[in-house]
Parts: sequence; structure tokens; C-alpha cells
Amino acid sequence: MGYLQGFLVTLRQIRAFGGKQVTTEYSGGQGHGSHDEKMARTERLHGRHVLNRYEDGMEKCIGCELCAGVCPAKCIYVRGADNPPDDPVSPGERYGYVYEINYLRCIHCDLCVEACPTEAITESKLFEFSFTNRRDAVYTRDELVVGDDGKPQQLPWEDWREGDDLLSSGWMRATAPSGEAGAEGVVAWSGELGYGVRAPEPDQAERDTVTGSPDPTLVEDAKVEHAAKDDGDREERGHH
Amino acid sequence: MTLGLLAQATSGGDPLYAGDIDLAVVLITALKVVVCFVFLLVATMLMVWFERKVIAGMQNRVGPNKAGPFGILQTLADGIKAFFKERINPERADPFVYRLAPYLAFVPAFLTFSVVPVGGSFADGNDGVVTIFGHETFLQVADPPVGILFVLALSSIAVYGIMLAGWSSGSKYPLLGSVRASAQMVSYEAALGLSVATVLLVAGTLSTNGIVAEQDTMRDWNIVTTGLLPFVVFVIAATAELNRPPFDLVEAEQELVGGFHTEYSAIGFALFYLAEFMNTVTWSAIIVTLFLGGPQALFGIDLPIIPGAIQGVIWFFLKLVVFLFMYVWFRATLPRFRYDQLMDLGWKVLIPVAFGWFLFLTTLRITRDLEWTRSGQIMAGAAAVVVAVAGYALFLAALRVSARQRETHGSLF
Repeated sequence: MGYLQGFLVTLRQIRAFGGKQVTTEYSGGQGHGSHDEKMARTERLHGRHVLNRYEDGMEKCIGCELCAGVCPAKCIYVRGADNPPDDPVSPGERYGYVYEINYLRCIHCDLCVEACPTEAITESKLFEFSFTNRRDAVYTRDELVVGDDGKPQQLPWEDWREGDDLLSSGWMRATAPSGEAGAEGVVAWSGELGYGVRAPEPDQAERDTVTGSPDPTLVEDAKVEHAAKDDGDREERGHH
Repeated sequence: MTLGLLAQATSGGDPLYAGDIDLAVVLITALKVVVCFVFLLVATMLMVWFERKVIAGMQNRVGPNKAGPFGILQTLADGIKAFFKERINPERADPFVYRLAPYLAFVPAFLTFSVVPVGGSFADGNDGVVTIFGHETFLQVADPPVGILFVLALSSIAVYGIMLAGWSSGSKYPLLGSVRASAQMVSYEAALGLSVATVLLVAGTLSTNGIVAEQDTMRDWNIVTTGLLPFVVFVIAATAELNRPPFDLVEAEQELVGGFHTEYSAIGFALFYLAEFMNTVTWSAIIVTLFLGGPQALFGIDLPIIPGAIQGVIWFFLKLVVFLFMYVWFRATLPRFRYDQLMDLGWKVLIPVAFGWFLFLTTLRITRDLEWTRSGQIMAGAAAVVVAVAGYALFLAALRVSARQRETHGSLF
């Protein structure tokens, strides 16, 4: 009777017969009321980039082009320039006066984030790249740099929901920049507009108690959501 | 005049053509054709949507839900897109045949439905006659005396559409797909024909209207009178005939890209797609007609208020939907057959079984017609079973021998 059991298996997947629908109905901003929700995203999702600023509003980017150099897809174009002495853009000597990322090429590998010496470029959790022409695919500095509140700018085609602008800064960077276990729990990053100096990430044991699993990407959506909210709270607490 | 003669020659056909052929008769015929055409197009559209929606449900997905309520207009949107796309003629394609093939697949799908009685009152021995504008007629476009043979003939013509499409594309994968298609359809046509033959044996008429009229109560439905087996064989063979999963080797994507319609784009592809789903609808309708009493009511239920002819339509569609769902269910559940498994099932199982059953029923019929005694009938039946089993045993033995031969001597194939 193996064949007939197979028929039952498929029949039971239908919602009317007790099946569970796994697809979320997400409309990208053209939704029809109730059937329109974004899936919970994992806390380390690689979304579109943002260019961060210090707490005093200065841009972090120093135009060193390391991100462009490391980019395996060659999607980043940076040109540095000397800061104007009377109105500096960044605290250093130079700043990135051209900063472009072509999202038709970007593979979201996050190597640029790894390479950046000042944590200027980080990846947000935003993933909506529904532009309708190639020119729009190239995000310039005007679009990438965070606003005066330290949050990413909302682009016309992005469908933001509650909390989408959170988790955009470099909080996900390894707790110890050098990878030393001994530096765990030590704040090793610079302050940031909108977020300030954030508290260190919890150590591995504490993370496991929150997520219930050594690998947060493997736990159920609900738990990840919970964990993400926790992290969001922590960032809120980090405000000065 | 010619039409009148034709109608006289075919006695017992549609009463519409029994009298003089005047303008009203022509108009009624035209109306029926138009209604049938529109109905089939809409039904196909809904079938595509239904299939996508149901199979999505079976795969924990949502399915189309943006165009129109519940995404019901998705097919329309897809169709409009297909019709406005550029038509690409491959350089090595045979231009005429390449263009002709989609229509050869598409037209039979339409024509098959014309002999299906979709409604009318068959209760209490009525023969499904309804009165439209003062003329008596059947609720089917045509009731040719050859009836069900017409269906078989058209299903053979549909093979040409697929065959020629693959051949004329001037490309290898479509050719392989169409070779598979023709082999498969020819193989299963035999089993199909044999199970139809059992129905004809019981019904005693080829006319589809006659076949339905003869299945008065549920006990007279051919699924019962022919003993279920021909029904099962017919459903399996029809699935193969339709090239639907699990018999969709013709368009096995993993092996043949798109199968016979790989090279087709825009309207040509749309026509093949339409024909495929339309065939699903028409063949479900034919299963309902042949085995499940067409528009006959279930359990003799008489719905209140609604006139008998409309009740017939309702019952017909209820039964139709069951089979449409069954085809979708097949597709969601069963993995595709391997080619040799397909041929094995067709030639070594379905054809012998259908043939044996046909002979068995024939034996019973003849003994009954000759008015043998009951014990004599049972004896004859037992003898038929013994012969059938012995024949099948011999057949299996022959298969085993040939398999051993292949092992020792090798085979060309």
C-alpha cells in the first residue's frame, strides 16, 4: 500500500487537511492588508550596505579603498580626497568623496566589512533591490551614508516594516577584532551615530542560553526573532 | 439539403437535425459551438489556476494570489504575455510544419469535447433531450454515430501535433521528446482502446449520448457494469495519453530541456500549453462520460427547484472536478516513470490485463445472450479466467526466457 500512503502524504500538506504553509506572503510594499508580512531574518543576514558616522556626525570612511580592493565582485568604486580643512567630512586626513556600490554585482560576501579599518561600511538587514533600471542599481554615497539619526536612509523601493532600520551597524563584528579569545567581552569598537558605543556582544555561553543552540541560524524562526529583539534592546541601551 | 440527408442517414442522432434544417437550427448549432469554445477556454484557464493552486497547497506554498481574487486571473495574465511575445523561428526549423504543429495539437483538444454530453436530463429513462428556442436537441455540440471512435481518432491526431513539433524544430531534444511521445501514445492507445471496447460491449452503442443514456442508475454506471478494471486501465492510459505526470517523459525537464516544445516561444508555446491542459479537461470529461454516467445524478438525487437539464450540468461538473483534482494529485505525488518502466507498464501489464478482461466480459455476454443456464454461465466464466491466467502465465514465462536470452547473448536494444 506504499503508493496510497504517498497520496495521503501530499494530501495532508494542504492547509484544509492540516498542512502548514511555509511561504510568507510578502508583497514588497504592494500588499493587501493581512496577507503581507516579512519573514524574520537571521541576525547576521548580509543585506545592503550603509556608510556609518561617528557620534559627532563625522563620516567614518577615510577613502582608503581597502573595501574596493578586497571586493571579489569588483562592485565597489571609491575615490578618496583630502578633507577640506574648514569643513572636514571625516576626522582623518582624507574622506571618501566618491563611494559607489553596484548591486547588480555585489554578492554580499561581507569582505568589505571585514576589510574596513574604521568600521565605516557595514551591512544592514535590508534586502530590497527592486530597482527598474541599471543606473538605480549603483548606490552612491548619498544613498549609502546613514542619516542624521544614524539609521539607514529609506530608498523609494524599500518596504520598511517595524524594526527594519535596526541592526545596521557593525555590531556583528567579532567581539575581539583580532580574533583573540581573551578579548571577548571587551569593547573594541568606536562609537557610532545613533548607536553610540555599544555594549560588547555576550560571550558564547551566554549566546547559547539565549538562542538555545550553538548555531543561531539553525534555531527556529521564533527564537531567532527573540534573539534579534534582544540584540535590538541591547543597542537601545547603548544609546548615550 | 446535404445536411438533412446526412441527418437522415444517421438515425438516432441529435433530434435537432431530424427535421428540416432551417436558419434556427443553424443558429442553435453555431450557438452551441461558441458556448463550447468559450467554455473550454475558460475551463482551461481555470484548470491551470486550479492546478497551480492545489499543487502549491500540496507543497506548502501559496500559489498565484496576486492577479484577481485568489490569483484566478493569473493564467489570463500569462496568456496575454505569451501572445504578445516575439515569435522566434529557429533557423533549422521547417517553417510550415513548425507553425502548423501547435494547431495540430490544439484543434483536436477542442474537437474532442464536442462529443461530450455536458448536461440534459437523463433521469427516468430520458435521453438527455432539452428544448432550446423550440427545438429539441442534445447538450453536446455533435452526436456522431461513431461517437467514441471520434475521440480515439482525435487523440491519434494530437500525436501528430507533438511528433511534427519535435521533428520540425530542427533540434535534437525536441526530436527525442517527440519520439518518446509518439511511442508512448501509441503504446497506451492500445490499452485505452481495449478498455473503451469493454464499455462499448456493455453499452452496445458508440454514440456518447447513448452511452450516457444507458447508465441510468448508479448500478448501471459502466464503472460497475464493466467491473472497475477497465476504468482503472482507462484512467492510467489516459494519464499517459495526456503526457501528464507520472508519465510526462515527453517533457522530462531533467533529460530533454522542455521536450517537444523546447524551441517554441510565444504563441506556439501558449497553444501547446493550452492544448495540454485542455486535453486534461476533455479527457476527464470523457472518463466521466464513459464510466461515471456523465450528467447522471449521484444516487438518483433530484435537486430541488433547478430544472433537470441544468442538474445534469451540475452533476457533470462535480464529477469533472473530481478527476481534475485527481490529475493534480497524481502530479504532486508520483515520481516520473523511467522509460522502460513506462513501456513495461503499457505493454506487459495494461494491454494484457485490458485484453484479458475484455475477453472475460465477452464470454459472460455471449453466454447470457445465448441464454445458457446459470451453471453454464459460471462454467464459461471460470473457463475464461483459466484461459486468461494460463495465457498470462505463458506470457510471463516468455518474458523470463527472453530476459535470460538477453543476459546470455546480449541485446541490440
